[in-house]
Amino acid sequence: MTSKRLGRWTVHFPGSPRLVSAASVVGPKEGEGPLHSYFDAIELDPMRGEMCPEAAERRFMEDACSRAIQQLALTSEDIDIFLGGDLLNQVITAGFTARSLQIPFIGLYSACATFGAALALAATLVDSDWVTTALVAASSHYQTAERQFRYPIELNVQRKPTNQWTVTGAGAAVIAKQGQGPKVTHATIGRVVDYGLKDTNDMGCTMAPAAADTFLRHLADTGRTPGDYDLILTGDLAAYGSKMFRHLVKEAGIGLGNKHQDAGQLIFSPQQKVGAGGSGCACVAVVGLGYVLKQMAAGRWHRVLLLPTGALFSPVTHLQGESIPCVAHAIVIEG
Amino acid sequence: MDGKAIDAQQRYQKLVKDNAPKPKVGRNLWRAFLVGGALGVIGHFLYGLFEAIEPTKGESTATTLASLIFIGAVLTALGVYDSIAQWGGAGAAVPITGFANTIVSAAMEFRREGLILGLGSRMFVIAGPVLVYGTVAGFLTGLAKVAIMNLLH
Amino acid sequence: MGYVWAFLASGLVCVLAQLLYEYTKWTPAHVLVLLTVTGAILEGLGVYRLFQNWAGGGALVPVSGFGASIARGVVAEGQRMGWEGLFSGVFEYTGLGLAAAIIAGFFIALVAKPKE
Repeated sequence: MTSKRLGRWTVHFPGSPRLVSAASVVGPKEGEGPLHSYFDAIELDPMRGEMCPEAAERRFMEDACSRAIQQLALTSEDIDIFLGGDLLNQVITAGFTARSLQIPFIGLYSACATFGAALALAATLVDSDWVTTALVAASSHYQTAERQFRYPIELNVQRKPTNQWTVTGAGAAVIAKQGQGPKVTHATIGRVVDYGLKDTNDMGCTMAPAAADTFLRHLADTGRTPGDYDLILTGDLAAYGSKMFRHLVKEAGIGLGNKHQDAGQLIFSPQQKVGAGGSGCACVAVVGLGYVLKQMAAGRWHRVLLLPTGALFSPVTHLQGESIPCVAHAIVIEG
Repeated sequence: MDGKAIDAQQRYQKLVKDNAPKPKVGRNLWRAFLVGGALGVIGHFLYGLFEAIEPTKGESTATTLASLIFIGAVLTALGVYDSIAQWGGAGAAVPITGFANTIVSAAMEFRREGLILGLGSRMFVIAGPVLVYGTVAGFLTGLAKVAIMNLLH
Repeated sequence: MGYVWAFLASGLVCVLAQLLYEYTKWTPAHVLVLLTVTGAILEGLGVYRLFQNWAGGGALVPVSGFGASIARGVVAEGQRMGWEGLFSGVFEYTGLGLAAAIIAGFFIALVAKPKE
């Protein structure tokens, strides 16, 4: 098994686990964004006819999961394990989705980097033949995140320019060795990095050091340079965090060229008044599974590094004056 | 943590600060002035109205506050108060209409967790501290003033 | 002229609060608390009454007016009734508004939902 380790921190997957299906379901605001034509479904009612936004978020994740399974003409009976997560306390969206899917389940939490954790773990399990098919999913919802992390929707709060807008939606994918689709070739699991920042109105800049840390260790382990990738996609650093990420990487003596993009910046246009950009577990999930995979299938990109980023704080630790620990995971996808 | 890591942290914190977007302070202050001032005019109009019909000054104060709170509550119900605040900032947050907005928006938000433990218990999630410290401060200053006045007599 | 002073008074208090938003990390609750407490203290010092004489209803609009009204009620009732008044006076002028807020909040929450 040690032969599958590469360098100090990275795993590679010689058995070529593949993303054999992928689905992205988003809400109306995302559907008005520049990537609208890449999503599998755009739901015009963010509440999905439900009374509570938490139930609506579950509908998004359930829809993404069933679409990913149905694309393969399978049923949930055929899936060996479900790895999923979201931003809500006790990972309730994934847990409740697993209740309806009836697939053996492990709930994951890496904040907005959860999709990366799920992908890395699923690829590991499939590559080592512990499972043959794994379902991964991540979701977020503007309203559920606002009420858990910020304020009531109708409250008189003026948003700051560094505030980000939580993406409403969910992404789901099936990982298996048998089938067609891009391969997951490497994963570098992130360390928790904390540069002492406390400003919850600027999550992008808070998470950028974690993204840079994982990215630099990934390059050191694999011996690669940014030039080996067609795209390096960070999760939700948004406008200001992306700037910091590029700065930190440059400081380490590595030039990103024009390879870096950020899912939080891609998903909304500045005219949508979202502050610095999008955020949330669904942000990198729907941009990665919608936009990036479809561009790879079209031959635009061949090798992509996903770098989902997450802030591991809670409103409780924030009130207690703690700084914000962050994590980022790196996953290589190759067409 | 070693000195080098602390140094890197501090350098980064400074970098983030230096690169932070310049808030449009002048614009925001101007908007706060306009919205807050406009609400002041409405308050003045109501106060004049109630002064004419209420028997005492205290009662016209109470009815003015209540009317403004009612206006804030209705604008919150219609879903426009947060938009006014997005434009007007403190101009919408600081007036008593904004105080009403904190109560009504919380009641609306947590209605879905039930009538008792949702709506009922979380209605004052933001307004609560205002009541607590307003009451304590009002009590203490009132106590001091009454005590001093009694001593002087 | 009364309307001009009311506009200026309320607007300027809001500008001070906006300055706090811009240059501190304070949340709305912090700013509201600070203004309410300030209003109560200024009323105790007799300053808020002067401010209100000048600004009329404009002085009642910012939450500082709410704090001042609490202090004013405590003083008035304290003088009238003795020590019980120091407590019951808290809601003398603000009770009407508070009850209105609770009742309005309750019924609105029964029918209105937050928008997306």
